[in-house]
Amino acid sequence: MTVYNLYIYNRAGTLIYYQEWSRKKPMTMSLEEESRLLYGMLFSLKSFSNRISPLDVQEGVQCYTTNKYKMTLFETPTSLKFVCNTDVNAPGVNEMLQKLYTQVYVEYVIRNPECKPAEPITSELFKAKLDETVRMSPAFSSKAA
Amino acid sequence: MNRSVDPKKVNSELFTLTYGALVVQLLNDLESVEDVNKHLDRMGYNIGVRLVEDFIARSSADKCYDLRETADKLQAAFRMYLGISPSIANWAPAGDEFSLMIDTNPLTEFVELPDTCSNMRYSAILPGMVRGACEMVHLEVSFSVK
Repeated sequence: MTVYNLYIYNRAGTLIYYQEWSRKKPMTMSLEEESRLLYGMLFSLKSFSNRISPLDVQEGVQCYTTNKYKMTLFETPTSLKFVCNTDVNAPGVNEMLQKLYTQVYVEYVIRNPECKPAEPITSELFKAKLDETVRMSPAFSSKAA
Repeated sequence: MNRSVDPKKVNSELFTLTYGALVVQLLNDLESVEDVNKHLDRMGYNIGVRLVEDFIARSSADKCYDLRETADKLQAAFRMYLGISPSIANWAPAGDEFSLMIDTNPLTEFVELPDTCSNMRYSAILPGMVRGACEMVHLEVSFSVK
């Protein structure tokens, strides 16, 4: 049960933070290309699922699962997106992402006058706190699946 | 005298005095009242942009589906951050305009404007904040203080 990696996108769709904990397969393209590909896919998926929805009001896409991994998306009302790849059985990823938002992002990025909200996050404190929060969450354990 | 001090709370008088000092300093630096108004509005905008994320995080707010929900959330935010409870009134017939009535503005306690500054919108930081906050949640607003 483990968390593979995490992407954070701002409202313009630019990747402002990326971290990985374990990635067995090496990256087939540069981080920038991969992030744009991921964002484009999520945007299309969201738009598609909203249009095809048989019901009225809804939260939107939350996650998709393949036989090897699960990708969870958490989006705030300000269009900030947290995307996380975990193994298939990881519990509570959505809660973990919400916690990351309220306890780590808001505290260490929003309250930091040096960090401009739409730009890539370079704060070491944020990195440390994010790492700590992810490691403490139930979705993460030291045994890789 | 035993007073339990909550490190997150600040004395409201300190807040009022700080804001007053800020406006006075801006007046000294910029000299023109219009410039001060614009500056306050811009500062409010920057604050609002960040404050809205904090508000969403604290109140776990969801997307608002119409303006009435937005009005309620604004009311909750004023209560959370300034400790005042504005009332909502004067809904326009089209439902796209409303007024927030504030009884006692914590920013203007102890303040008297001299005649030279009659054009100044002292609380201009508040409309800026609301505008910044709403823009981050994709809602374009115009907000004015009367």
